[in-house]
Amino acid sequence: MLRLDCLRSVYAELENCLVVTIMGAVAAELHSLGHRPNFFYLQHAMGLASSTGLGLALCLPEQQVIVFDGDGSLLMNLGGLSTMARYRPKNLVHVVFDNESLLSVGGFPTATSTGTDLEGIARAAGVPRVATVRSVESFKVAVNEAAHGSELTTIIAKVEATGPAGYVTDLSLLENRFQFRRHIRSLQKR
Amino acid sequence: MVFVSRRDLKQNMPVSLTNSKLIFDALKECDIHLVSALPETWLVHLVRLTDEDPEMILVRLAKEEEGVGISAGAHFAGVKSAMLMQNHGFLASINGIVSFAHLYKIPLLMLISYRGSLGERDPWQTQGGNVTEPLLRALGIPHLFLDAVETVKKRIRQAQTLAESSLQPVALLLTRDLMWEE
Repeated sequence: MLRLDCLRSVYAELENCLVVTIMGAVAAELHSLGHRPNFFYLQHAMGLASSTGLGLALCLPEQQVIVFDGDGSLLMNLGGLSTMARYRPKNLVHVVFDNESLLSVGGFPTATSTGTDLEGIARAAGVPRVATVRSVESFKVAVNEAAHGSELTTIIAKVEATGPAGYVTDLSLLENRFQFRRHIRSLQKR
Repeated sequence: MVFVSRRDLKQNMPVSLTNSKLIFDALKECDIHLVSALPETWLVHLVRLTDEDPEMILVRLAKEEEGVGISAGAHFAGVKSAMLMQNHGFLASINGIVSFAHLYKIPLLMLISYRGSLGERDPWQTQGGNVTEPLLRALGIPHLFLDAVETVKKRIRQAQTLAESSLQPVALLLTRDLMWEE
């Protein structure tokens, strides 16, 4: 299963969500499908995309928030999983693309390649709904169900360790950040 | 033999409730509605006051660096926030501060209990005390002390104003003189 195909399968649904991604391939691939002002790509600070999504979801309970996380990033902030589970905002969907690899630095294997079970960790942390998916169709169904459901959900999507040729996009970090903030402000004025 | 519950022990610690309330009220006057916290002794009243206030969202963290992400999310949502942490929590947050708050110009109001400074009795706090101010300077983080009742309200207002106008982290160091009553 390719991450890009997963992202493509839910791209239309993302229009009405606030989307936070991690750095590297996830950011570059979502951007390649067409940037939108409701997408924020956290191009560093590994581990904090999920915390950012949690902050957004707690402050904007009427907005659906989706975080596209990765195995390497989540492993850097496993404690954050327990914080997410503690407050379990029902408007937060936490997707983890697990390619068992730190792809953008050369493909070094992460601990999920040797048996660490992120679904099990999320469940044991207290996340009320968890799932592992291995096909694009089941990914699409799981994300849509979670986005229309009423419980915090962590979805582990097992994907291949392949990505784009480069990771730098033509969207500057600050441009992205101010556009994202402005987009949320425009939603609040409606 | 008299057994003292852990809860009682906490209440008997000479952390200033009056000054914690002063700080908390000043945060509220700055229109802060979200506080992330990882408790430590000096912060117990502040965490409890936040928890008991229905207008506040309290996010109890597993590690302080998460608070950078939480505050960034709050900022994007238009909610003013503050972070409560010990100086060792500040040390644990530095990557998030540099590669999120500085990189993306995110305002952070960090209230840092300044353990390990003069008067510290706990040996394990002392090394962190030595490096707190040099690190704040090295990171270019504007900071002031909260060390006197008369200036608490004003300094919190000033720190919050600068964080919002400059879109950067600003720190207030909570001192023993303010937080500890003995």
